[in-house]
Amino acid sequence: MVIYGVALMGGCMIVGTFLGYLLGNLVGINANVGGVGIAMVLLVIVSRKLMDKDQLSKLAQDGILFWSAMYIPIVVAMAARQNVVAAVNAGALAFIAGLGAVFAGFLLIRPITALSPKSTLDEDDNAAEAKAPKGAK
Amino acid sequence: MLDILSTALTKYPLITAFVVVGIIMWASYKVARLTNNRIHGSAIAIVCGLVLAYIGGTVTGEKHGISDVPLFAGIGLMGGSMLRDFAIVSTAFGVKMEELKKAGLPGALALVISMVLSTIIGALTAYAFGYTSPVDMATIGGGAATFIVGPVTGTALGASSEVIALSVAAGVVKSISVMILTPFLAKTAGLDNPAAAAVYGGLMGTTSGTAAGLAATDPRLVPYGAMTATFYTGFGCLVVPSLGYMVISALFG
Repeated sequence: MVIYGVALMGGCMIVGTFLGYLLGNLVGINANVGGVGIAMVLLVIVSRKLMDKDQLSKLAQDGILFWSAMYIPIVVAMAARQNVVAAVNAGALAFIAGLGAVFAGFLLIRPITALSPKSTLDEDDNAAEAKAPKGAK
Repeated sequence: MLDILSTALTKYPLITAFVVVGIIMWASYKVARLTNNRIHGSAIAIVCGLVLAYIGGTVTGEKHGISDVPLFAGIGLMGGSMLRDFAIVSTAFGVKMEELKKAGLPGALALVISMVLSTIIGALTAYAFGYTSPVDMATIGGGAATFIVGPVTGTALGASSEVIALSVAAGVVKSISVMILTPFLAKTAGLDNPAAAAVYGGLMGTTSGTAAGLAATDPRLVPYGAMTATFYTGFGCLVVPSLGYMVISALFG
């Protein structure tokens, strides 16, 4: 059933959030440290295990892929609720500090990536393909 | 008549949001096709979203863009952190563990380097503008990390509300410029493989910025960038008010 996939993902997210807050608590801050990232790693591991055992039906996978396909529309909605007015009206200080950090980041992508083993996107990956938008759907 | 129409549109806010975003997506991909897809449809849609947010913010004077207009309240739910994070988690489905492992170390390294660098840039900018007390410098430095790290640092250190507002503004500028600039700078910056995406997530740190930036560049890179970015704010809340403040205080105190 479709709900199995959605529930699996929700379960990963709840466990991730729990671990994220636990991690925050351990280091003495009231914040979720990487809960979403932990949930993602969990989903990768658990879904791979289930698929290897043939326990994750096509429908259950569709339950996850639906949300994956909703990602861009959700991001568009997220953009529409940003405080753009504050950004546009921010004074020079905020602009220089914010943009400076962004440009420094872009300059460092290549040098830091060069330290890692070569990685490429696998073009035959089914899930990745389903994620890539194919024109206006 | 008009009343009934307005009831129909506001009765189910989330559904209205689906329709509105659906129309934005459709129109954006049409426009993208006119440019021969040289500009990604999702990039156009995100810019449309930001323009709507600007209009909404100007009309209402509130903080949450178009979602503060009652008609578009559902946008707030659809684009809020709950569904956003849920959708981010879903993108991890189908990711290969090997790629993730390869991206892990450079991603973590990028996170640490960027936290140091953002704090320095923010703190020095603050200093240049006359905010020379270590508390103010650390707060604005935190804001240059993300718009959450800034106020968390400021509150912990007892900064004035003016300085906290500045730190939030710096973080918002960062997040929105990441959304807009990423698709244009991706090629030059070598942002075309999972490891680079993980590094990018660690360097930019803003979850919303990287989420939108990668969506507009290549959606297949989203899980790698989002994964590292989600550690950034928590890490910043931990080190900037403590270690960051101590170092700044030792140098400028």
